[in-house]
Amino acid sequence: MTDTIDATVPAGRAGEEPLCELRDIRVSFGGLHAVDGVSVNLYPGEVVAVVGGNGAGKSTLIHTLSGAHPADSGEIWINGQHVTIHNPRDARTHGVEIIYQKLALADNLDAAGNVFLGRELRTRTGSLDDEAMASATQKVLARLNPRFKNLKTAVKSLSGGQRQSVAIARAVHFNARILIMDEPTAALGPAETAQVRDLITQLKAEGIGIFLISHDIHDVFDLADRISVMAQGKLVGTVDKNAVTKDEVLAMIILGKRPDETTPDDIAELTS
Amino acid sequence: MSEVGTIEPPAAADVAPPARQSVRDLVASTGIDTRLAGMIVALLVIWLGFHALSEGKFITARNLWNLSVQSTSIGIMATGMVLIIVTRNIDLSVGSLLGLLGYTMALLQTDGILSVFGVDVSLGITGSHWYTWLLALLVGGLLGALIGLIQGYIVAYVGVPAFIVTLSGFLAWRGLIFRTGGKQGQTLAPLDENFRYLGGAPERSLGETRSWIVAIVVCAGIVVSALLARRRRDRYDLAQRPMWLEASMVAGACVVVLAGVWLVAIGYDSPVSGEPVGIAYPVLILILVMLGMTYLAKRRRFGRYVYAYGGNPEAAELGGINTRRTITLTYALMGVLCAISAAIQTARLNSATTNLGVQNELDVIAAAVIGGTSFSGGIGTIPGAVLGAVVMQSLRSGMSLLNIDSPTQDIVVGIVLVTAVAVDALIRQRRRTTVIGALAAGVALAAIVIQTGRP
Repeated sequence: MTDTIDATVPAGRAGEEPLCELRDIRVSFGGLHAVDGVSVNLYPGEVVAVVGGNGAGKSTLIHTLSGAHPADSGEIWINGQHVTIHNPRDARTHGVEIIYQKLALADNLDAAGNVFLGRELRTRTGSLDDEAMASATQKVLARLNPRFKNLKTAVKSLSGGQRQSVAIARAVHFNARILIMDEPTAALGPAETAQVRDLITQLKAEGIGIFLISHDIHDVFDLADRISVMAQGKLVGTVDKNAVTKDEVLAMIILGKRPDETTPDDIAELTS
Repeated sequence: MSEVGTIEPPAAADVAPPARQSVRDLVASTGIDTRLAGMIVALLVIWLGFHALSEGKFITARNLWNLSVQSTSIGIMATGMVLIIVTRNIDLSVGSLLGLLGYTMALLQTDGILSVFGVDVSLGITGSHWYTWLLALLVGGLLGALIGLIQGYIVAYVGVPAFIVTLSGFLAWRGLIFRTGGKQGQTLAPLDENFRYLGGAPERSLGETRSWIVAIVVCAGIVVSALLARRRRDRYDLAQRPMWLEASMVAGACVVVLAGVWLVAIGYDSPVSGEPVGIAYPVLILILVMLGMTYLAKRRRFGRYVYAYGGNPEAAELGGINTRRTITLTYALMGVLCAISAAIQTARLNSATTNLGVQNELDVIAAAVIGGTSFSGGIGTIPGAVLGAVVMQSLRSGMSLLNIDSPTQDIVVGIVLVTAVAVDALIRQRRRTTVIGALAAGVALAAIVIQTGRP
């Protein structure tokens, strides 16, 4: 019973090398241990949801991988290699792309300006190659969102879904192998959410590994293969989606205990 | 009944937009900024207004030629101020810095001694030689860049607010003028003969032939760059403007350039020799600075990062941009531009005084803001800022033509500044009726002040 619930390796993939592994990651802010010895991993073509309540440390954990906030200690392994990530640039060189919850777009730039932000294409003279960037952006956006037309306008005036498309295009264009999505559907309407879900399925099929940070338990169960639950900076456990119920995952988030550790008293407390 | 009522409007709406959309697309494809277009209209209104009030003295070759020369110093600095304000910072030190740089450049030409804090740094190369004007520009530019770097470093890396850093610069650089050179702040004159060409006197301008050559080179540049842009877009299969639109835009730009040179620069006969004066050197410098700065802002990574940081500092940081370096460089660039403006001002006066550039920081900031630069960051254009400088100078020179004293001019400029920003903000908030109200109130107030201030 314990084996099926605690899924540190996804079902049927024993012996395979993980795409990405975070080992014993620790981050503290002052005296507070925001992330306290957490280990998670990700296999190619897999979606691992990182869930937890507010302040559980899931964003902080994932930011050690994206380079937004380096870890105090712990190791990051990508494709079997020990790597160090100090900043977003390091993360990108290892094929890690992140889509932030607030999308992190420069509102006053157009789609191409945002897709290539920090990685601009240049001509031989060192000038920005706007035409090449516009063309590449047009292609990648056509793949993600066929209705996207406003290539030349500032992204400020785009809809939530279009802005999301731009943020995702940024990751997809640069051939991300590991994609981090921080609340990807939080700001979207139903149609746009469906679009993002289709996209995640498509990216999985291409062998990309996705860390999904989400509050939405329905999203998590629809999209994820495995679920890593965090509480108060610690990893409660990683479970196979097919081996647990939504209620069990909720119980993990709230109680900070794995289903096999939960006592009847805990359940009574939860339901009262 | 009700069904017909609900079905018809959407049907009509479905048909109408495509037509309007295509016209809007066409306008958008020209790349003409509506804010810039609005400012050009405002400028023409101001010119026509003063022309009427002054009984035909404003729109003359002589007045417009002088206006163009007088706008250069502030215009050049405003192109740098735009980038600083776009990154949500400010530079209050530019007037004092201009004073210090102008004084240093003048010392190189007059005194034979350039000393700072009593230490001689002249190396025996000062005085008037064939290379003096180049040396003065070089030393001024390097010193400006260095001081800008120091200020920018303190803002970006140490984290002192830009307002404080440049307020300190405002005080310190002005004070340092009195400690530079051996003469405790005397007026330095006269300056090197070649250097004085930078100042833009009628007898030291390009003349007829060279002005036409410049005009033709500029027109050729416009045509070639349009063709190159089309070729680049073709290579990537991107949408092109219709050929007729492209051709008329290029032709329009060339007509404006040629007409400007013909009517203003050639149209103004020298009061001394009676020959056509031609383009003034500072105007030529302003045009080159504007082109160079536009290139930096639009086609270089540095400019892209400036705007990205202004639009969303966090996004720029997460994009892996070295934002501190970018901010430091905006100040270094500002220092170089101050040096160019300092050269123009000293050369024009044929002397350097300790109060050179006093209050220029306010004019420069005002020009950038009138030109559509927003303090909330990320918004502002180089041509807009130059146009802002021309608007400010037009107001001042128009009021001078009407013999309005300088305190009254300040009141009017103040009213125009706040009105311009209010209108801009209201348009962005889409509060159309309030826009008209604000504009009417501002114009009425300015008109009353001007009318009551006339002698």
